[in-house]
Amino acid sequence: MTTTVDNGVNVKALLDAREALKAAPEAAQFKWRVTSTWNRGVHTTVRVKDFFGLGQEQSHKTESVFQADHPEVFAADDNGITPIEYLLVGLASCLTAGIASVAQNRGIQLRSVEATVEGSHDIRGILGADSDVRNGYNDITVTFRIDADASREEIEALVAQSQKRSAVFDALTNPTNVTVQVA
Amino acid sequence: MGVENLTTVVIGAGHAGLAASHFLSAASIDHVVLERGEVANSWRRERWDSLRLLTPNWCSRLPGYRYDGPDPDGYMTVAEVIEFIDRFATVCRAPVRTGTAVTSVRRVDGGYHVTTSQGELRCRSVVIASGACNRPVVPPFAEAIPPFIEQITPFDYRGPSQLPEGGVLVVGASATGVQLADEIRRSGRPVILSVGEHVRMPRTYRGRDVLWWMDAAGVWDQRHDEIEDLNRARRLPSPQLIGSPERRTLDLNALMDAGVELVGRMAVVRDGRALFSGGLRNVLSLADLKLGRLLTTFDEWATEKGIDGEVPPPERPEPTRVPASPRLQIDLTRGEIRSIVWATGFRPDYEWLDVPVLDAKGQLRHDGGVVDSPGLYALGLPVLRRRKSTFIHGIEDDAREVIDHLVGYLAGRVN
Repeated sequence: MTTTVDNGVNVKALLDAREALKAAPEAAQFKWRVTSTWNRGVHTTVRVKDFFGLGQEQSHKTESVFQADHPEVFAADDNGITPIEYLLVGLASCLTAGIASVAQNRGIQLRSVEATVEGSHDIRGILGADSDVRNGYNDITVTFRIDADASREEIEALVAQSQKRSAVFDALTNPTNVTVQVA
Repeated sequence: MGVENLTTVVIGAGHAGLAASHFLSAASIDHVVLERGEVANSWRRERWDSLRLLTPNWCSRLPGYRYDGPDPDGYMTVAEVIEFIDRFATVCRAPVRTGTAVTSVRRVDGGYHVTTSQGELRCRSVVIASGACNRPVVPPFAEAIPPFIEQITPFDYRGPSQLPEGGVLVVGASATGVQLADEIRRSGRPVILSVGEHVRMPRTYRGRDVLWWMDAAGVWDQRHDEIEDLNRARRLPSPQLIGSPERRTLDLNALMDAGVELVGRMAVVRDGRALFSGGLRNVLSLADLKLGRLLTTFDEWATEKGIDGEVPPPERPEPTRVPASPRLQIDLTRGEIRSIVWATGFRPDYEWLDVPVLDAKGQLRHDGGVVDSPGLYALGLPVLRRRKSTFIHGIEDDAREVIDHLVGYLAGRVN
C-alpha cells in the first residue's frame, strides 16, 4: 500500500490491549455506570461520568448529561428523546465505531459512514393493551451507506465483522440478566 | 511389577499415533503406542451409524499407505475408516499395546514417568496423539433443561430411532449439527436447528469436490505460523459437509428445503424457555461472505494455473435464505421439543496429564506440536502445523516434522 490509511483509530493500541488483557483477564473487567434523577412527569435526567476499568476507577474527560422524556403524542413534554431511542443511539454508534476500527485494521480508508437505524415498536405492549405484544422492539433495521476505498464485498465484510464484535449488538440480540432493586 | 524403560511413548493408536510410530520406526527409535481400547477406538465407539468421512477417498493417505480401492471420489463409512486405520497399523508394524489406558504422565529427571492400567513406564519423550475430540462440550445452561426433555450428545447418538417421537432441537451447525439435523428430519421428526457461527461449504465447486480445491489451491497447506489469528483458526467449527454417495451439498438452504427451522445461537434457558440470539442474520452473512472469499481464492488459483479451460466456469451458490422472523424463544415446557441434541463441539481430555502445559482454557500449550515441556510432543490437533492437521491426510507432514524435532531433541540438538 502506498498511502497510509487513517480512519483516526489507534488500532495498534487496541491490538496491544488485546494481547495484554489475554494474560490479565481481571484488568478487563469494566463497570459502566449512569445515574439518573426524576424531574417530573416522564422526564428524567441521566448523567454519565465515572466508570471502572483496568483495575481502578476511571472518569470521562467531561460529564455527559442526557434528557429522556417522551414525545407530545405520548401526552408528555418532550424534553428529550425516548429511552428506547437511546438504544438505537447506542447501536448506531457502536456499529460505526466497529466499522472504523475494522477498516483501519484491514487497511481500508473510509470517506463517509452514515447509518439509518429504525426500530419497529408496537406500543400496545407498554400500554398493556394486548398481553401478546412485547414491550420492546419487534425488529431493528440498520442501513449503512459507506463510501470507502473498498469493494462491495469488503464493505459488507466490514459491516458483518462490526456486528460480530459489537457490545450493543450483542446486548440487544442476546438475553442479559438484569437486576433491578431498591437500595 | 517393575518399571519398563523405553525411549518414546506414543499415546493413542488412531491415525496420528500410528503416523508418529511410522516415523519413529524409520528413525530406529524404540517406542510403544499405548491405546486405551483398540486401534481407531473413537471411530469404533464414539461415532454415529450413518457417518462417513468428510474427505473423499483419494484424500485418505497416510505415510507410505493410501486408499487404493475402486472409488477414489467416494467417502468411507465408519467401518471402512476403522479397516483403513487397522490396516495401516499392520502395514507400519506399529508396536501397539491395546487395552492400555494411560492414567498419568509426569515429568521426572531425564524424561517422563507414564502410569497405565497395565503397568509403569519410563521414557525420554512422549507423543500425545490422543485426539482433539475426547469429550463432548455441552453448555452450562443444559442443567436448566426440564427433566422430561431427553438430552443427547454426538458421543451417545447412533441414529434417529434412539430419540423420542416429537420435536428435536439440534444445537450447533458444524458438520455434526447439520448432518444430525438432516437425518433426524428425514426420520419425520420436526427439527429446529440453533445456528451460531459456522463454516459454509458446497460439496462440489466447478465440478470438483470442494476439498480437491482446498488441496490443490494450497489452502490446506497453509502453515500455522502464516495464519494471522491462529487461536481463531484452531477454534473454527468443522465445515458444513457430508460425505454421501450422491455428493450432495448440506448447507442451511438444503436443510430449510427439507423443512428444518432455523433459530439463532442458543443463549440461555430461563424459566423453562430456551432463548435464542437475534443475530442469526449476521452469522449467515458472515458465513456467506467467507465462502465467497474462499471461492474467489479458488478461482484466482485456477486462472493463475491456467486450468480455467479444464473446469466449468466460476459459480456462486445462492445466498443463505434468512428466515423472515426466526423465533427468539421456545417454551420447553409445552411439549413441542421432546429431545435436544448438543452438537456444540468437543474438547480434548488431559485429565491424565500431570505436566503443567495447559492454558487457562484447558488446551495444550504448544508451538506446532512442540509442547512447552522438553521431550513432550503433540499430534492430531486442529491446525497443529497446517490447516489440514486434523484430516487423515494432514498427519503425514505434521508427524514427519514433529518426529524430526523429537529425534533432534533426543540427540541433544534442540531442547
